[in-house]
This record gives sequence, C-alpha cells and structure tokens, in this order.
Amino acid sequence: MRPKLINRLLLAPAGIWFLAMLVLPLAVVLVFSFGERGQSGGYVPAFTFAQYLNLPARWKAFENTLTLAPVGTLIVLLIAYPLAYFLALRANPKWRTLLLILVIVPFWTSILIRSYAWIFILGGRGIPALLDMLGLHNLRLINTPFAVLVGIVYGYLPLMVFPIFVSLERLDKRLLEASADLGSPPWRSFLQITLPLSLPGMATGCMLVFILLMGEFLIPAMLGGGKVFFVGNALVDLFLQSRNWAFGSAVAVALVVVMLVTVTIYMRAMTRWGNGRDDVSLM
Amino acid sequence: MSDTPDHISPQKFMAELMRYRKGSVSRRHFLGVTGLGMATTVLGSAMPGLITRPAFAAGSIGDSVVLATWPNYHDPASFEAFTAATGAAVQVNVFGSNEEMLAKLQAGGSGWDVFVPTNYTITTYVEEGIIDPLDMSKLPNYDAASFDPRFAGPGTVDGKLYAASKNWGTTGMAVNTSQTNGRVLTSWKDFWDITKAEFSGRTTVHDYQLTTIGNALKSFGYSFNSIDPAELADAEKLLIEVKPHLFAITSDYQPPMRSGDAWLAMCWTGDGKQLNKDIPEISYILGKEGGEIWSDFYAIPKSAPHLDAAYALINFLLDPAINYKEAMFHGQPVADARVDAMMSAEIMADPIIHPAAELLSNLEFGAAATLTDPNRAEVMARFKSA
Repeated sequence: MRPKLINRLLLAPAGIWFLAMLVLPLAVVLVFSFGERGQSGGYVPAFTFAQYLNLPARWKAFENTLTLAPVGTLIVLLIAYPLAYFLALRANPKWRTLLLILVIVPFWTSILIRSYAWIFILGGRGIPALLDMLGLHNLRLINTPFAVLVGIVYGYLPLMVFPIFVSLERLDKRLLEASADLGSPPWRSFLQITLPLSLPGMATGCMLVFILLMGEFLIPAMLGGGKVFFVGNALVDLFLQSRNWAFGSAVAVALVVVMLVTVTIYMRAMTRWGNGRDDVSLM
Repeated sequence: MSDTPDHISPQKFMAELMRYRKGSVSRRHFLGVTGLGMATTVLGSAMPGLITRPAFAAGSIGDSVVLATWPNYHDPASFEAFTAATGAAVQVNVFGSNEEMLAKLQAGGSGWDVFVPTNYTITTYVEEGIIDPLDMSKLPNYDAASFDPRFAGPGTVDGKLYAASKNWGTTGMAVNTSQTNGRVLTSWKDFWDITKAEFSGRTTVHDYQLTTIGNALKSFGYSFNSIDPAELADAEKLLIEVKPHLFAITSDYQPPMRSGDAWLAMCWTGDGKQLNKDIPEISYILGKEGGEIWSDFYAIPKSAPHLDAAYALINFLLDPAINYKEAMFHGQPVADARVDAMMSAEIMADPIIHPAAELLSNLEFGAAATLTDPNRAEVMARFKSA
C-alpha cells in the first residue's frame, strides 16, 4: 500500500502537467472547433460542423505543407547523412568535437535573424546577382518554394545530423572488417551493414524534422514572402487576423489528424522495412 | 559565530525578528542589528533608476511602460528622453495590423500600457469594453482646440475622448520610376495592370485585408470599405489573378524596395516619405479613384498595468516639441496645429506628407464594419492561401 502511494505521489506532477498542458488545451481546441466566430471575432459556443465543412477553403495550405514537409525532410536527410557519416567515421577524432559544435553553432542565434540573412542572400543582390554575372539573368530565388526549402534545410539540418551521427558512431567496426575480409567491396558493406544499422538514427531524424515542419510558419512567412502558405501560416492568420477561433480550431484539429495518420503510416512502414528486427527502433 | 554587526547567526536573527515582531525593539534597531538596513541601501543604490529622477518624484510612475505600436513609427531618441525624465523605460512591441492588436487585447493579458489603434477600430474597442475614456487632467499637453477634427474626431465616441490623435496619413503606392520607361501610374487600376504585365514579379501588396482588398475594390470604382459580397467577389478574382505576378504579400516592403527586388509597393505615407528621402526615384502616388486616409491614436487599455506611466508617456509624446521631432522621424503628417506651426514651409508643401486637397477629398476613412467583417477576412485568407 505504501510504495503504491509513493508511486502515485511521484507520478502526480507529471500527470498534472500532462493533463494541464496537453489534454486540456486539446480538449478546448476540440470544443472550439464546433463553435462559431463571434460578431467581432473570438469564439461563441455552438454545435455546428460548419467549420469542418469550410476546411477545403484551406486546401492549398494543407497541400503546400504536405508536399514541402516530406520533400524538405528528404533533402535534409540526403544532405545530413554524408555529413553525419563523415563526422562519425571519417573525421579525425581530435577534431570531431569541434566539428560537432560547429554544426550546432548556428542554433545559438535566433532562427528569425538567420532567416533575415537568407532574405539578403537569396534576394536580388545576393546569389541572383552573382548568377547574373555568369549569364543567368532575372533568376528569382526569394519568395519561392525553393527559398523555403533552402530555409528548411538550413534550419533543420542539425536535428537530422545528430541522431544519424549517434547511430553511426555506435556502429561495430568489426562488422565492416569481417565484411571486407569476406571479399565484399566497400559499397556493398555500406549498403548491407552501415546503412541498415543507421536506420534507427535516420528514422528518428526524419520523424523529428517532419513533425516540426508540419507546424512550421516562420520560414515560409520570411522566405516565401507570404506566397508560400503553410497550415501554420493559415493558423496564425485565423487567430491573429480573422480572429476566427472556431475555424482556427477546426484547422488545428485537422492538422493533428493529418499528422496522426501520416506518422502512423510512417511507423508501420518503418517497422515493416526493419523486418521486425529488435535493434531497429523508431525513437 | 561572531557577533560583529556585519555577520549575524541564524539563531540570533530569529531572536531579533521575534523581538521586533513583539514590538520590543524598533524597526531601526532590527534593521541595524541584522544588517538588513545596509543591504537594502546597497541594493537600492545599485538600481540606476532609483538615484536620478530629475523631473518626477522617485518611483512615482514605476520603472517601465509598455507601448504597442507600428514599425518605423517613433524616434528612439524620444523614448530615451522619456526615460531620462521619468525613470520609466519604454518597452516597444511592434505590430503589423489592427486585427492583430485587437486579437491580443481580446485574448487578454497583453500587458500593454499604451497602444496605437487606427481610427476605424476605436468604436470596436469601446463596444468591447477594452478601453476607458482618457482622464484629460493627466494629459495637459493635449489641447483639443489645436487638433484638426477631421483626423482627431474618431478618438471621441459618445462625446467622450477615448483616444488622443498621434498622426494621420494615406495609403498609396511607392513606385520606382527608373523602371517604368516613362509611364506614369495614376490609379489603382494602373497598379494592378502594370503588375500583371511589365512589373510581373516586382510588386508587393500589404499583408493586411483592409488596404489590399480595399485598393482592389477601388480599381473597380467600388467603395474602399465595401462588404458587398458581389463586389468582394470581383476584388477576390482580381487578387487571385494577380497573385502569381506579386513579389510578396508583406507589410515590410521597405527592404525589397531599397534592394531593387521590388519596383512597386502598396505603401503608407511614412514609408513613402522615408523611401523617397533616401532614393529620390521612388515616388509616392495616391490612386485617383481614391483609397484610404487614416488617422492613428494613442489609447490606454483597461488592463494597463502601469496606468500612471501610460498617461505620462502619452502626455510626453504629445508635447508639441517632442511631437515635432517624432514627425520629422516618421514622416507622417500630424493633426496638431501647434506642431504644424513649427514645420518649415518646405515640409508643409511636401506632396507626400501633405497631398493636394483634391486628392485627399477622394480618400475614405476605413469603417468599423470593415475591421470585423468575416467575409473580408476570408477573402484575404483565400487570396493568401491560393
């Protein structure tokens, strides 16, 4: 009886936190999503599905998010993997810590300020001016989906590098030696040993990046010039400009549902790909 | 454990505290024997604001005041002067739209002492019970008689002054004339037409439903404030047609205009003046169909945590000498005749700051219904997400 009581007491803070910070707000959002917008904004209690029926009005935002988030995640993965591979297996151990710190140094400055820097780099006086000298005229980079992807890759790279780095660093080098001794060329060792064993790191990194990207609004707002519209931007506008809390809540609920579905499918696929091996975990 | 005055044991401290509580020793004795008096003095003198307070009695208005306002709207030197005079540091929050200000105030807990609403929002703030009438006895620098009623008038609701006039201005277009091949833009129709043609990819519009939809409506000859569904549908069609040709939808258009990325921008007076001052080939034009004329105010939310500091700040900024410096900084016209009297003839004749009367007569003030109309908000949202 007594240990049970102590357990409960120890769990109480976490439980209360979970209830107050996650369950309650989600419940409020769910209730609001069935309400109506007040005369001068805000929320009026009601029970209507009108907000959900109006969701197609934000279809483009969902489409943009659901294309750019996975594409962004994939590009981040393709750039982060060689970097993590180099850091974990090729870099001089003497320099490894310094190089790792360099990967996170940009995080010491606010993403807002770094995005401003990109506005200038991608703006007419930045890279396009250089390309102009090389004969490529009137190239528009800023305020395009491309600029948003650049911002995404730049902002999210460390989140992908670290999980992959950790999984590669733990790699048992004897497996690679055995593979070489048995006559396997390096590319085959990589495909059959290194890559499968770093799968958990890749899976974790992709998950981290993808989930955060689905809620992103700052990068599209800054580098997309208001022309590349994510669900996050739709939400900001609904709460701060239209002051339509009911519809905003419905969009938020829809985003949570879309995320739950995609993440579930992704986890299923990863588990199947890992062939049920117990060393391949997702988080 | 020593018994020297600068070091007291916990037991002795508690004993002294008990004696003080029972009233057997004086407060002075207690503070002296425990060393707390000295500690408080040292801490107090370490607070910079506590020592020098020339104009105000120490601590009379607190040490901070929070102002919610617009970008490029105040001379930082004014705030430094206010802090030097009163000891209250001004914390500035910058906003992009009246909707956003209203949303923050409706949600509560904004922590603002003073904010800068535009004319057409004030009745909504009064109806929602967000602002109180101003206590004129605390604003000796506000001389109602010297303010032009056309611009200061919206601050008065039901005969009570709720908001004090800051400055007014217009919404027009800034165009880089070095790119137009001699073509002169004169109307909002020109604005949208050239954007779809020669200026494709070079135009910015405000991230603000009132002006972006309003100026699309004007190009059809409709009212800037229209909430008529058929007219809004025309405006939406135009906006969605123009969208692929826009450089950006943003209210922060000075950087691309300055860098040469954008050649044409929907623009407020002050930004137009600031751009024209630095880059003379950027001119500021009012659409001949009309458009927006606006007037901004200082108001105090009911929830203001530092009420005295709020009044002190408004009163300070309305001092004609300070207001003149502010106007020189932000480049917007002021409705106060006392400030106009200080302006040079050149500034009074500046066509950006003081446009010709016949151009002004076409302009419309935004209406309260335009702010709260859900359809206009949705049209803007559909335009942005298209």
